[in-house]
Amino acid sequence: MNEALLLIGTSKGVIVARSDRTRQSWELEPLQLMMSSVYGLGIDRRRATPRLFAGATSEHWGPSLFHSDDLGRSWSEPEAAPVAFPADSGVALIRIWQVEPGLATQPDLVYAGAEPHALFRSLDGGLTFELVDGLFNHPHRPQWEPGGGGACLHTIVPHPTDPNRLLVALSAGGVYRTRDGGSNWEPANRGIQAYWLPEEQRFPEFGQCVHKVGTHPAKPDRLLAQNHFGVYRSDNYGDSWEAIEQGLPSNFGFPLLVHPHQPETVYLFPLQADSERLPPERRCRVYRSRDAGRSWEGLTKGLPQSGYHAIVLRDALCADQGDQAGIYFGTRDGEVYSSLDDGDSWQLLASHLPDVLAVRAALVG
Amino acid sequence: MIASLHLPAVLRSSADGQGELPVSAATVGGALDELARSWPQLERRLRDEQGMVRRHIRIYLDDTDIAGLQGLATPLKEGARVHIIPMVSGG
Repeated sequence: MNEALLLIGTSKGVIVARSDRTRQSWELEPLQLMMSSVYGLGIDRRRATPRLFAGATSEHWGPSLFHSDDLGRSWSEPEAAPVAFPADSGVALIRIWQVEPGLATQPDLVYAGAEPHALFRSLDGGLTFELVDGLFNHPHRPQWEPGGGGACLHTIVPHPTDPNRLLVALSAGGVYRTRDGGSNWEPANRGIQAYWLPEEQRFPEFGQCVHKVGTHPAKPDRLLAQNHFGVYRSDNYGDSWEAIEQGLPSNFGFPLLVHPHQPETVYLFPLQADSERLPPERRCRVYRSRDAGRSWEGLTKGLPQSGYHAIVLRDALCADQGDQAGIYFGTRDGEVYSSLDDGDSWQLLASHLPDVLAVRAALVG
Repeated sequence: MIASLHLPAVLRSSADGQGELPVSAATVGGALDELARSWPQLERRLRDEQGMVRRHIRIYLDDTDIAGLQGLATPLKEGARVHIIPMVSGG
């Protein structure tokens, strides 16, 4: 161990990249979980040897959740389906979008976000999961619509200090939260716009198309959200949201990342619009705020600044936990960039990969 | 009825490397139910948790797609050969 690890989920499998802790140069290992699309990646650092997760879907053989206890050198899955809907639910798993370990005080708790809209919970470290009935049976569920990527529960945000509080985001259902460990859920979308609805109905109780929500342990009641048109902040754990778009070239995009050590620092990758899912001005720019969204700056050093057509998906922007955090993003044209100075400059880490769907990074050992 | 289930090479790692498995069932669906008990990881490659055969899988009884017979209710005869076919439609 004692290395840096980057998991790259692609449309054709998962790639493990390794570096020493300086993270100056990386070696990419051969594609694993061949011919499956890997949207849901997770690294559970609560174990002595971190457990890795890859939610993989084969067009032929269906979805599954694989795990690795040797830092990505091999992947396995239980004999019985690790994530599956109950027989009486009437639905079947399509894709695993998210894998999120619980708090350090709950070392065997792992969550999984699924398509169709559902939250699963594991109490054995992520080997087997059970459906969280409280959300699945929510009376709003029949009215949740699929987003462009599917009817997915794509974001899971455990409250940093309260194990009974948890927040999830669904496309297109909006943000929901529980205060009792998952038995009861309430929508938390006040102030978030659903622009496609008639003008007098643009702030519904639920149904918004949130794309990603982030938070920071030092600010447990602050949330930041990138929506389908709209970037928002909540300072009261979702009681209300306010727009924080001043200085952005567009309020449309998919990923959102809060810096692991700087609660005020947030990253986005804006796109022009839903009808023009391309970077504004065809420039590859990560946008950073140092003040929780009050102002934004485009980060360009080391990134292509003309004729750029690739985009970054909702889980393809991440950070490791190093003292100087590494920031990483992957693109749909198969490139991965990294930064070791909070985004001031970027280096090309990998290219010519299949389209990148998700990335997750950690220092291990 | 004793029949045999024939697997494409890509699935054999889910059956300890075997390409042909004996099954004792009255129907094709019964054969998959038996598979779910003996080789659960293999069976869920073929059907989802609601028992639906995955979209890009075809199952042939001898030379005939069971979609043109009685689907999973198609009866098995002694010595029948059930073939699992991954269609090129899956990419």
